[in-house]
Amino acid sequence: MSNLEDLYREVILDHYRTPRNKGELPPPATCTEGSNPLCGDEIKIFLDVSDGVVNDVRFTGHGCSISQASASMMTAAVKGKSLDDVRAIARRFKQLMTIEEHDGSAPADVKLGDIEALQGVVKYPVRIKCAVLGWNTLLEGLATAQA
Amino acid sequence: MSLDIAALRKEFPMLQRQVGGKPIHYLDSANSSHKPNCVIDTMSQFMREGYAPIGRSSYTLASEASTTYEAARAKVAHFINARSPREVVFTKNATESLNLAAQSWGRANLGKGDVVVLTHMEHHANIVPWQMLAAEKSLEIRWVPLTADFQLDLTSLDSILRGAKVFAFTSMSNVLGTINPVRELCDAAHRAGAIAVVDGCQSVPHMTTDVQAWGADMLAFSSHKMCGPTGVGVFWAPEAMLDSMPPFLGGGGMISDVRLDSFTCAELPAKFEAGTPPIVEVIGLGAAVDFLSGIGMSEVRRHEIELTNYAYRALKDRYGDDITIHGATNPELRGATFSFAFRGVHPHDVSQVLDQHNVYVRAGHHCAKPLMRLIGANATARASMYLYSDENDVDALVDALDDVSSIF
Ligand SMILES: Cc1ncc(COP(=O)(O)O)c(C=O)c1O
Repeated sequence: MSNLEDLYREVILDHYRTPRNKGELPPPATCTEGSNPLCGDEIKIFLDVSDGVVNDVRFTGHGCSISQASASMMTAAVKGKSLDDVRAIARRFKQLMTIEEHDGSAPADVKLGDIEALQGVVKYPVRIKCAVLGWNTLLEGLATAQA
Repeated sequence: MSLDIAALRKEFPMLQRQVGGKPIHYLDSANSSHKPNCVIDTMSQFMREGYAPIGRSSYTLASEASTTYEAARAKVAHFINARSPREVVFTKNATESLNLAAQSWGRANLGKGDVVVLTHMEHHANIVPWQMLAAEKSLEIRWVPLTADFQLDLTSLDSILRGAKVFAFTSMSNVLGTINPVRELCDAAHRAGAIAVVDGCQSVPHMTTDVQAWGADMLAFSSHKMCGPTGVGVFWAPEAMLDSMPPFLGGGGMISDVRLDSFTCAELPAKFEAGTPPIVEVIGLGAAVDFLSGIGMSEVRRHEIELTNYAYRALKDRYGDDITIHGATNPELRGATFSFAFRGVHPHDVSQVLDQHNVYVRAGHHCAKPLMRLIGANATARASMYLYSDENDVDALVDALDDVSSIF
């Protein structure tokens, strides 16, 4: 039996209890919806992007501790960053969430900080979808914001 | 005389399984049930000693296998009190049976503007086939609403049914355990001139089924929820109804003749069993029916009422208002399946922590999204029990929930 404390690390529970950047942004910020049809988790990511920088980001949604904490950590990590940095962080995070070999496309020097705490999720494959929901929605949102 | 559950549990090899050196507490029987030795052995023995294709070849073993297959059909017919085995059609699962109802009867009998009535507590399997047909034929779908405690709200049933051609409803909710008054609903359908299609998935494994007493026109259920194997389901309808329906799937086995420009259908029930059927699984289902009949469905029901009562009290005694059990509180009105919300903790987190204690519940929308919207949740945690569940399983659930509180 693996240890639940690996999954529910204190930082994760902290982000779950007190989510950062929770809420909406008014237009012209973009709003992108993501959902996990299997478990019904839903998320909206609001993005204010200009001059190649994510000036502001917010999220709303319902979901389990992992999906909500991961989205909260994601917003904290990408706010104020350049689009290139944001994409690198997202790639790095998705690497963290895969069991397969890494393809080397994300530079290893990208630091994830607190987000590394989500590493424990990989041991619970059904929960990976929860952890990446916010990130996939972010990537979709970036495409919209830049279009 | 009440059931000897300890002896019964010994018949289920999966219940002896340990994970991490500890026993498991399987509380997901509404999803799928475990299988007793007699089912496993019958299937394996048939594959070792009796296996042959059925229906098409005339050598001794093929005819023996056909006889065994048809004997299983007769057992199922008897189990649901059908008038004859000819009324029992084997499908892949209840989902296919409900698609059969919509695609065969529905396509032939419904046209633009016709009304199909469903309820707000249906499984997607009894919604989507009708929606697919509605899109194709421009049908209207109406919904029977629920009361505040998630019973069907029958106050305006007759007006909802007015002019309807089909009333399709579940006999028991897979999310809430609510038992519906099938006889009354069939009568209401008939008063309105509609046929009554019963999704029996959740009630057939747990209580006596009597299609004649119900006055139903069609019934669908799955073997895998009633101690039988996966891969086989049942579609039942009276002979006159089946005779009037066009075939659903076409192919071998369902024809009496094929010419270059036409075909004629085989007799019932072969007309609805195109292709090589799940022979081994049907025979396994026959063994499951023997097993359940040997115990007696009223005994099964009695055990489940007692256990539901016990679970309800144990959960409420320990957690009071911190736990919300959705649906009816009276165990006479519900099956041994209940969805619950616990201290605002997300159901996935609840089930993850329970899993750590080998307590297996399901978290999710349970394929009933319209109902989930009424409950006001994206997901619930659901514990569902069966004839082999016992007070230990309930106690393990109650204790493990403590750990949910301590983490969240
Ligand atoms: C009420 C109800 N209807 C239909 C189904 C579909 O059954 P199956 O998946 O075996 O086709 C289920 C199973 O989850 C159910 O609970």
